[in-house]
Amino acid sequence: MSVTAIRVDLQLIADMVDPATRALDVGCGDGSLLAYLVNFKRVDARGMELSQTGVNACVANGLSVIQGDADADLRDYPDDAFDYVILSQTLQATREPREVLRQMLRVGKRAIVSFPNFAHWQVRLRLVFGGRMPETPSLPFKWYDTPNIHLCSIDDFRGLCRDMGVRIERAIVLDRNSRPINLPPLLANLVGEQAVFMLRRD
Amino acid sequence: MEAAIEEAPFDGLADAERKALARCRHAVLGADRPLRLDCGVELGPYRVAYQTYGTLNADKSNAVLICHALTLDQFVAEEHPVTGKEGWWDSLVGPGKVLDPARYFIICINVLGGCMGTTGPLALDASGQPWNLRFPVVTVADMVRTQAALLDHLGIPDLFCVIGGSMGGMQVLEWAASYPARVFSAVPIACAARHSAQNIAFHEVGRQAIMADPEWKGGDYRQHNTVPARGLSVARMTAHITYLSEQALQRKFGRALQDRDALGFGFDADFQVESYLRYQGSTFVDRFDANSYLYITRAMDYFDLAAAHGGVLANAFKGTPTRFCLFSFTSDWLFPTRESREIVHALNAAAANVSFVEVESDKGHDAFLLDEPEMFRTLAGFLKGAAAVRGLKDVP
Repeated sequence: MSVTAIRVDLQLIADMVDPATRALDVGCGDGSLLAYLVNFKRVDARGMELSQTGVNACVANGLSVIQGDADADLRDYPDDAFDYVILSQTLQATREPREVLRQMLRVGKRAIVSFPNFAHWQVRLRLVFGGRMPETPSLPFKWYDTPNIHLCSIDDFRGLCRDMGVRIERAIVLDRNSRPINLPPLLANLVGEQAVFMLRRD
Repeated sequence: MEAAIEEAPFDGLADAERKALARCRHAVLGADRPLRLDCGVELGPYRVAYQTYGTLNADKSNAVLICHALTLDQFVAEEHPVTGKEGWWDSLVGPGKVLDPARYFIICINVLGGCMGTTGPLALDASGQPWNLRFPVVTVADMVRTQAALLDHLGIPDLFCVIGGSMGGMQVLEWAASYPARVFSAVPIACAARHSAQNIAFHEVGRQAIMADPEWKGGDYRQHNTVPARGLSVARMTAHITYLSEQALQRKFGRALQDRDALGFGFDADFQVESYLRYQGSTFVDRFDANSYLYITRAMDYFDLAAAHGGVLANAFKGTPTRFCLFSFTSDWLFPTRESREIVHALNAAAANVSFVEVESDKGHDAFLLDEPEMFRTLAGFLKGAAAVRGLKDVP
């Protein structure tokens, strides 16, 4: 698979992964992050994807991918099977985000998680002044057909990490154009549209 | 590279087997070191009949082993010496195909217990008598042992890929479990890590049909110059139904009548589906040995990879370096997707490198032998990825 450029948030995740390590991408979609990790960082990268069509497309591109979902299938893997377990833009769609995080940090030495920030100012405005469930570029669904059943803010996520005793090694907040922004946490929780966290067990 | 293939004696072999041997390669192994079978018997010397396509490259890194299913054989991609039909995996193997002999050295070996040249109940024992039912019961692991012995004989240290469907898939799993260092990539298709109760039950019906045929003569039909054709044919008919799906049967035949406009009010083949099955049964008899059918179905029944590893399937793959790609088909009820998924779970528990593709098809278990573009496309991608890691050049 020829990869030249990948989505900015995926590139940020890829940059967090050391070369020649082992990684599992949960919810790997079309496999673009996997392909990048394999081709440019010599990572032994595996994927898990909910849709069989997505799986088949990945395998046809020479990637190691199985059908599965974060809630049910992480528990198969042994402890410390990977250096990184990656979950990009999927945590909010899992049934039990806390358990998924726990499994990720059991299976992987580190977990990399990205998610949309539900406390972004646009979201707040739409709910407070529009009186409607927010629809934004990173949350483009109607309330009745959204897969996102466990949305959270950046501060919520930090809180969960604290509760779980998980160490935050890196936290990158991205603006509307997926550019990293450097602001104090309170402001970041307002301006950030999404965030990428790298976690490890404490 | 074809060092010293000994000529095997031809006397007393069935006609079909003789034709097969004339058209393929074979080696006599185990004369000095007999094969210790799972049942405890030591077998040797024994003959292994096989076919190859392509050329082994200089660093011996491009060998692909195809493991055949229950009633198939080593004639993967050429006209069959007995039936005259095209190769059973012509769709996959050949110039320009996914498994291209220009790129790979492809080997397919007739299984132990088979009837296309490899030693089985058809062969003669030391006293010159056909083994018949005195032939030891063999297992899938025994089949794989003979294959490994042949690779030793041919000087092939390891395989780029071991691939096979159905019982061939069982052999692939056994290869990966028994010889992990010799298997760079493994492709088990439409199979399971253990034969289910339902599948054992179908096999038992087939065996009982053979043994109930008066011409079977306790397995000694060759000495009596008879053939248990009716029994073997019924066995094949039953099995054939399990290879198809309900949708495929309905689509192909429905309730259409055979060469008539109205029901015959008798027991001739009124329906096309009956006529089709009768034809499948009768042609099978010309190319397959009844005793061989008993032995090979038994080998499948006995297959239980987890049982051989302390009851935990993941233990069979502990620390495996092999890259796996599993395939299943949505309408396969003989080896349904959940059986493949169990293998995937076990491979995950061993943190193995695994891909799993479920192909949408209404053709049932037989889909793995048919033109399934989705399977070819994904398999080609998997092999390409594996070849890149192996450092295989495009053409040896």
